[in-house]
Parts: sequence; structure tokens; C-alpha cells
Amino acid sequence: MANETEDKELKDHKEPDQSRRNFLKNSGYAVGGLIVGGVVGSLLRTPRKATTGNNVNNGNANNGGAPAAETVNFNQALMYFTQEQFLITEAATERLFPADDNGPGAKELGVAYYIDHQLAGEWGNNGREYMQGPFYKGETTQGYQGRLKRREIFDIGLQEIQNYSNKKYQKKFKDLAPEEQDAVLKAFETDEVKLTTISASGFFKTLFSATMEGVYADPLYGGNNNMNGWKLKNYPGNQMSYTKIIEQDQFAKMPPVSLKEHLPHS
Amino acid sequence: MATKLPKTDVVIVGVGWGGGIIASELTKQGLSVVGLERGKERKTEDYYMVHDELRYALRYEMFQDLSRETITFRGNEKIRALPMRSYGSFLLGDGLGGSGVHWNGQTFRFLPYDFEIRSKTIERYGKKKIPEGMTIQDWGITYEQLEPYFDKFEKTAGISGEENPKGGKRSDKYPTGPMKTTPGMKLFADSCKGLNYHPYHMPSANLSDQYTNPDGIARAACQYCGFCERFGCEYGAKADPVVTVIPVAKNTGKFELRTHSNVRRVLHKGGKATGVLYIDTTTGEEYEQPADIVVLTSYVFNNVRLLLMSNIGKPYDPKTGTGVIGKNYAYQVLKGAAVGFYEDKEFNLFAGAGSLGMCIDDFNGDNFDHKDLNFIHGANISYSQTGARPIQNNAVPPGTPTWGKDFKAASIKYANRHLNVGAQGSCMPFRHHFLDLDPTYKDEFGDPLMRITFDFEDQDRELVKFMGAKCGEILKEMGADKVVSNTKLAPYEITTYQSTHNTGGVIMGSSPDTSAVNNYLQMWDVDNLFVIGASAFAHNSGYNPTGTVGALAYRAAEGILKYHKKPGSLV
Repeated sequence: MANETEDKELKDHKEPDQSRRNFLKNSGYAVGGLIVGGVVGSLLRTPRKATTGNNVNNGNANNGGAPAAETVNFNQALMYFTQEQFLITEAATERLFPADDNGPGAKELGVAYYIDHQLAGEWGNNGREYMQGPFYKGETTQGYQGRLKRREIFDIGLQEIQNYSNKKYQKKFKDLAPEEQDAVLKAFETDEVKLTTISASGFFKTLFSATMEGVYADPLYGGNNNMNGWKLKNYPGNQMSYTKIIEQDQFAKMPPVSLKEHLPHS
Repeated sequence: MATKLPKTDVVIVGVGWGGGIIASELTKQGLSVVGLERGKERKTEDYYMVHDELRYALRYEMFQDLSRETITFRGNEKIRALPMRSYGSFLLGDGLGGSGVHWNGQTFRFLPYDFEIRSKTIERYGKKKIPEGMTIQDWGITYEQLEPYFDKFEKTAGISGEENPKGGKRSDKYPTGPMKTTPGMKLFADSCKGLNYHPYHMPSANLSDQYTNPDGIARAACQYCGFCERFGCEYGAKADPVVTVIPVAKNTGKFELRTHSNVRRVLHKGGKATGVLYIDTTTGEEYEQPADIVVLTSYVFNNVRLLLMSNIGKPYDPKTGTGVIGKNYAYQVLKGAAVGFYEDKEFNLFAGAGSLGMCIDDFNGDNFDHKDLNFIHGANISYSQTGARPIQNNAVPPGTPTWGKDFKAASIKYANRHLNVGAQGSCMPFRHHFLDLDPTYKDEFGDPLMRITFDFEDQDRELVKFMGAKCGEILKEMGADKVVSNTKLAPYEITTYQSTHNTGGVIMGSSPDTSAVNNYLQMWDVDNLFVIGASAFAHNSGYNPTGTVGALAYRAAEGILKYHKKPGSLV
């Protein structure tokens, strides 16, 4: 059960919505046209809480296009993490890939939701990996040889981040100053934190690669919110053909398209 | 007890390029062929949602489920081999078409030097050039003998390209012209020409133009969508067995494909193969499929593993260097490379195709003098534009932090402002590099896993040093503002992706003492058993293997047809 403090944390947590709305408004994609229409659709489908204006794919009843209509992203709930784990992950991934002048960071892109969803499924459960014993400590050239699954490694790793923060700063990780959060992460990255159960640096590597996936994977997985991760790199996403630009010297900037556009409309 | 099925002329184990080629060639001549494929059926329509980097490239959609079967690995015989628990160094194909579906389509011919490597090395440099423990040997065939089969494979697949100025003689040009030329490719070509090298378009199984092959199979041109390697092609533009040879076999009415059929043993009696034992993985039921001729066409590891588990052929013994099954395992030496960063120039790197590139062979094979070098053979050096998908492509200049604000800024800035030039280094076999059965770890049926014993050698480190410098030299001429060359090779490790070009273990040659199969890929010991694939390579060249696998498969098909008419040894 969430106590009062946590309720407040979750409320604070929703504030970046305003900046996203501004980003959308300023990004120039909210204009008409055939292809852009589809893109606007995707933009409006996935915000964290609510957005106003268009009547595309509303989660709630359609008020005849009235501005009060809200689009809810039902994908943004937790499949695996506890709230505490979620908040640590959100804070940590934001340091790995922070918001800056280039655009949104991990938090706004939904990376922590992405990681939560991945841990809930096959990847978190190492479902397609060889997990039979016997287990021996191998050479580094032989790769991971532990018996723990990724979700168990995250359980331990996130708890250890919290423990380390509490011990060193007497604060929860998410309440630390950004520089302090960086110092904690660095201590994990370099194995300065000595753990008996998992490799601190191994956990850090997994957290980082999962962060990059959450930034840049198709938005269908819960991250890369509104394809804003792709826009950082001018990555056009799922296009069918580049024959017209493949030989051209000039950089071809085009609005990105997600896999959603490939679902047959029948 | 296994259910015994009616006998067929030929049973093939694994339906990728090898199996598809054998099936099409044999059924066209009226033989009845049963194809056993452990994975599922695949078709072009599967790929509507294929532009998904996470699912296909990072969650390994097209690949073998390692929870059921993997390999074990150790760097040398002194340490304990441990299972490859998750993917890294290479990716094992699965399903109809096998590795032939998720490949990039880079389709080279090995060089004349490759097939006579030992003789030609000694001829030019003397015996001393071959270091202690390096077990290179001639392949029992020459380039000239194999040339018609290269031509045949290229015409079936519709390879797009132009003549390699440093390659073996061709009887005909490529069936379709070269792929388009991107600005990065042009920079590479101009730079190489300036350095007096001989650039040419990478031969490509991604069609440059629509094409109808000699079997009447028509396919569309590549759209340069940037999703080849690790992906299937939603256009059928990338040649794979499912869109080329398999439908030809099916159309004859003589090919029976059974998916979800995992072969566990080759059955044999009195020096002849009698059929195979397999499990229907959907029901767990065991079947015996008798056949006059058995053809192993699975990936390198399963070809070797099936022979060892079936007690066919003499297992290789690294202590004495005798025996053949598991001998001369080789790989690819890839770390000789350079990356160039551009401050003012942006490239459309998101676009591309698996085999869209420009390359040179001036430093491949024995095309250059090795007299003063401490290695033999070499590498194809190339710039290719395969589609820089955003999760996996985050090149930043050295000195950039590996995460956080500065990393983010640099990875975004250089996302479309960097070019890679890389050397695909050949890999020589050594006496202590081999494949055998793991004594501890088992697959889902309780059968032993394949064990790899392999590490890089001085030969490889010297090659990387040389090639890394060449790549850097080319990139500097390509006008990059900052060039970073890699000239160092660390010990082989199984955790980071390098290449799915595993070779050897059932090598071809001219003598049963030193090789497992003859130059028709017919087993010396069991003459109605053929073993097809890169498992036949006596070493690995500085090229992608599929072109040579395809050529050898066409030759083997011809051999099987001969054998069917007149049994016995073909050589």
C-alpha cells in the first residue's frame, strides 16, 4: 500500500507531462497532410497521462472533439516492478540518458516502463537462454555463468543502489542530487561497490543497455515515447523504402514512422 | 520405439542454403527427397513487422532457442568449457532457410589461393612460413574446378555485382549489376583509387534490380530499407533459400518438407548410412526415416555433432593431430578496423542494405607480398552501409564518457556523422582449435552439447595490426576529421558479437587421413553420406562464407546425382 509520501512522489512524478506537451506543440508535427496525419496520430496515442485537442484514439469517451477529451496511455502501469523499484530505475536511467538541450531523457521517454515490461517477460526470465547447471565461475571470455535471472539481478541491484545511497548519503537514491546519483552509479560501474550475490558492474551494463533499448526501440514496447528517442538522432524508424535518397549527398530528414503504421487496416 | 517410415531416395538434415540447393537439384532430376527441419516454416509474409530492431536484432527472433540447445566454449584445453548461456559472438540460425534467412547477403567467391593454400604458401615463401601448429591444408579442389558452381549459385541467387579486379577468373559476369553507390561508398572508392588499390562493389544477394533466375523464380529489387542482418526480407529481394531454391523443390512434387523435426542420429550399418532418427518436437514422438542417401545440411556445429554422436568417422585428437571429425575449426578475425568522425558532413546512415558496400582485395589472400610479414593470408577491406539502427549504433570519439549527458550529446551528434572501414580477416586453423562433444552439458534431449576449443593466435594479432592500420589509412583519405584505428586483438571471447562465420570440423580434402569428405563432400568412410556446409572449409578465408558454401553445395548435388546412378566413391 502506498503511504502518503509515496503518493506525493507519484504525483511529482507526473509533472514532466507539461514539458512534453510543450515539446509536442513546438515540434512542428502537429500540422495536416496525409503522412503527417498518421504521425500525429501516433504522437497523441502515447503520452503518459493526458493530452488534449485531437480526437484520435481516445482512451475515454469521445466528446465530439471537444478539447476536454483525454488520451490515456494504458501501457504505463507496472507489470513487474514495485513502486520503489520503478522510482529507482526511473531516476537511474535518467542519469544514464538525461534530458538536455538535445531533447528528452530516459524519464520522459518512458524507459523505466520499458524496463519493467521487459523484466516481466521472456527477457527478464531468461526464457530463451541456457540456464541448466552445473554452474561454475568461468573466465570473463566465457560470459555470464550465474544462476540468477535478469529480474532477480534487478531485484538485487536496485536494492543495493538504495542501500548504498542510504549508507553513504542517508537518502533514498531518487532523492539524491544528480551529482550524487552519478557517483552512486559510477561506484556500481567500476565495481567499487562490492556485492557478494551479483556483479555490480554486470548489473550496471545491463541497466545501461536496457536504457538504450528503452530510448530507441519501437514505441510499441513502452519506451521511445512518441518516437522522441528516434527524433533525437533523426532516425526515421520504420520506412518501407529509401531508394530515392540512398545515393543523395544531402541528409534526408523525415518524420519517423512506427510499426503501428504497419498493422493492416481491415 | 521409433516409428519406421517408408524409405525415400534421399533424406536431408536441415533446410537452409545447403539443404535447399540439394533438394532443388535432386528433385528436378526426379529423386524423392525428404527434408527434415527442426525449426518452423518461414515465409515472406512473416515479415510485415520486421523493422523491429529490439525483437529481431537484440531478442534474436530468428535464432535457435538456447534454452534447448547451445554450445560450450573454452579458450584452451586446460580450462573447463562452459555453456554459451546467452548470445554473443555468433548467432545460430533456426527455422526454414536457416542462417540463409538472416544473413546480410555479402556473397563472395573464395580466392584461388584459398583452395591450394598450403602448396601456394610453400611455393612462394618456403615451408618455414607456416608456423608450428598451423594446420592449413589444400582443399582437394581448385578454384578452376569450382568456378562453374560459383557461377551457378550466383545465378540462382541473382547476385548483384561487378568483377573483382583481384579475384579469380570468371566464366560470366554477375547476373545483375552492382548495387547503388552511396556518398560513403564513393568516398571509399575514391580514397582507394588514390592509394592505388582496386575498389569494387560488394557482391550482393540484395537484388539491385528485379530478376528472374534460371529456375524461373522472379524476385523484386532491394528497397535499401536498412534491415537485413538478423532480419528476414519482406520483399523477397534478399536471396534466401525460402524465396529461391525451396519453392523449386516443392514445385516438382518430389520434395516433402517436415518442419519441427529434430534429427538426433544418423543410422548406419556395415559402412553405409541407412537413414536418420528424429523427434517430432511438437509431439515428442520418435521416427526413423530410412533413405538410400543421407545428406547433412545443418549448420557447422550440428553437422559435426551428429557425426560424433552417431559414431561416424574418426574423431579428431588434438594430442596426436590424427582423426578428422572436429578438426580445423576456424572463425573470422574482425577487429582490424577504423572509424572516422565527421564534423560537418551528415550521411543517411539509417538507410542501407546488408550487402551495400565497396571493398578491396589488395590485402586479401596472397594478393600482396607476405615476405616481411608475420602472418599469411589477409582480409577483404570494406566500407558497407547496412542501416545504422539506433539501439546498436552509438559510435562516439574516444575519451567520450560512456554514459550520461556527454555520451548522449556525442552519440546523437555522430549518429549520422561517422563511417566505419573494416577488415574481414581470414582465420587459419591450428592443431589445438577443434570441436568435440562436451562431457558435462546436455541439450533438451540429454545429448551432449558441441564443445568449442578456440582462441586467437599470433597470426591473428599480426593480421589485425596490419589491417587496422590499412583501414585507418583509407579513412584518412576519405576526409574524416578524426580517425580511430583498432590494431589490437584481445583473446577470443564469446560475449560480444563478431561474426556467424564458424567453419570446419568436417573438412574436405584429397586424403581420408587428413580430411572427412572428398571434393564432392562425400564422406570417405561412408560413401552414401554427404556433409554440406562451411563445415567443409579447411580454413576460413577473408570473406563471408555463403558464396563458397553455395558453390560446394551445387557440386555436392552433382556428386549425389552421380552416386545415385552409380554408387561408390566419386573420386
